[in-house]
Amino acid sequence: MSKEKWILSVFILLLLCIPLTESRFYVFLGTDILIFGLFAVSLNLLLGYTGLVSFGHATYFGIGAYTCALLMKKASVPFPLAFAAAGALGAISALIIGFFCIRLTKVYFAMLTLAFSQIVWAMAFKWNSLTGGDNGFVGVPFPQFLDSNVLFYYFTLGIVAGSLFLLRKVVNSPFGRILTTIRENPERTEFIGIHVKLFQLVAFMISGFFAAIAGGLFGIFNHSVFPDILFWPASAEVLIMTLLGGIYSFFGPVVGAAVLLFVRMQVTSYTEHWPVILGFTLAFLLFFFPGGIIGFLQARFARPGVNR
Amino acid sequence: MPDPSFLLLQSLNGLTYAMFLFLIASGLSLIFGILGILNFAHGSLYMLGAYFTHQFVSLFVDAPGQFWWAVLFASLTVAALGAAIERFFLRHLYAREELYQLLFTYALVLILADFAKVIWGTGQFSVSRPALLKGAVPILDQYFPTYNLVIIFLGPCIAFTFWFTLLRTRWGRKIRAAALDREMLSSLGVHVNRLFTVVFFIGAWLAGLGGGLVSPVSAIVPGMDVEVIINAFIVVVIGGLGSFWGTFLGSLIVGQVYALGILVFPRHSLAFIYVLMALVLIIRPWGLLGRPLQR
Repeated sequence: MSKEKWILSVFILLLLCIPLTESRFYVFLGTDILIFGLFAVSLNLLLGYTGLVSFGHATYFGIGAYTCALLMKKASVPFPLAFAAAGALGAISALIIGFFCIRLTKVYFAMLTLAFSQIVWAMAFKWNSLTGGDNGFVGVPFPQFLDSNVLFYYFTLGIVAGSLFLLRKVVNSPFGRILTTIRENPERTEFIGIHVKLFQLVAFMISGFFAAIAGGLFGIFNHSVFPDILFWPASAEVLIMTLLGGIYSFFGPVVGAAVLLFVRMQVTSYTEHWPVILGFTLAFLLFFFPGGIIGFLQARFARPGVNR
Repeated sequence: MPDPSFLLLQSLNGLTYAMFLFLIASGLSLIFGILGILNFAHGSLYMLGAYFTHQFVSLFVDAPGQFWWAVLFASLTVAALGAAIERFFLRHLYAREELYQLLFTYALVLILADFAKVIWGTGQFSVSRPALLKGAVPILDQYFPTYNLVIIFLGPCIAFTFWFTLLRTRWGRKIRAAALDREMLSSLGVHVNRLFTVVFFIGAWLAGLGGGLVSPVSAIVPGMDVEVIINAFIVVVIGGLGSFWGTFLGSLIVGQVYALGILVFPRHSLAFIYVLMALVLIIRPWGLLGRPLQR
């Protein structure tokens, strides 16, 4: 087994053991980190692997959360079906929005994704009869077969691990290699006969699907969905997580999510000035550690054969 | 059908709002057009403009024309802050990918919002209108505040000055050249770095001016930064990023849609404006007056 597989196995074992501590705090934090870890990795499929800066990724997360919660509570759809529908709707909306966005490049692409995410936010915010508007959609129950924090934690762990396994398959497949080629040089990729826009669109769709899966979990986990999770600062936050962990590493975004959520939980219990701390951390990161935590560790302890 | 004089009044309100939006969005669009940076912190600079104006007004009590002096000093302070941010921080990120520039301006949003909270707290402030413009003007059978009328006249004046500077002066020519090809301009002997700082200074000044002028009309509260940046953003998306007249047109449209849309769809005027933006994005992703541009 390679060194990386060893590290992964140890991590998974550790994650399996978290509920044994019988600490509600760690189970809660663990679930939160797993969900946001998946969300950040799904974003990184676009950001780090395809070179597309999406500034509206919270859209798919939010669509997943609302779809799953609304179907369960309002239409009494069983959880597995509602959950699958969340993923499907995330992928479909990513397909539609992506279709318009990939026509543009760079900052224009970022702006367009942001603009669409604001449209979805405005819908969730104003459509009181469906989403509860500003008051949020509350009272979403745990599914019957997962009616405790620990069970839901294990369920989340399973879903997130499975999703990450699939995403890793995707980035290491020929398809994923082409995405990296597009990141490095879209023009030349076009020259060797690859339909760049189509590949970007498919990447966008896959990314939207997994973001919606993460969102579906989040809605159940919180027992409520608020339009805030669709607002643009939410999209910025997941970008920060991804960058903090490192965009050139597969598991980097998970590390970023873990560090950000853990530190936030600690800091907010001491001071209300978390935004200013996050702001300075982010600025510091951008100037001095553009590769994030994993990028820094890799440069420090450079090992041959590490998957970039 | 509402009363025509009421419609006119509402439309004038929309026009006032459009002029504030124009001030902010033109700075945003200018910085984007020249520096290629989408400045999320633009709303924060606007917010600081409002807070500084409040501070200066209470400092200059009883001085003649205190409000105007306060707005002038506040906007210049904001402009200096903007220039310093460009000179000491943003400049080092030009060579990096857009993501780093975007997120740096977002870091500024977080930092400046928290600083404002530390200094001014979370309460509301309001600035009273300048003494000369306290009254209202009768229009048909309604009354319209004189101050708002002055803003409606001020907007096009600033727009025209701005357009004239960009099109007819040496500085304007250099700025437009920098938007097209900064390397070429630099090899022609123009100090591009300094030019960029000046552009950021002007952009930040416009944001500060917007914040200062809006302070007698709407309350100064935390959160006004995030709210206004999205509206300014809608304006430039509709009008066309980096297009000067597009920004002007976009402001007028957004102002009118907000003012009149609220009469037609009282609860959905917010969604209405986003739908409008979506239509523009789908039909002309580069905006009404922008040019299709691939960078």
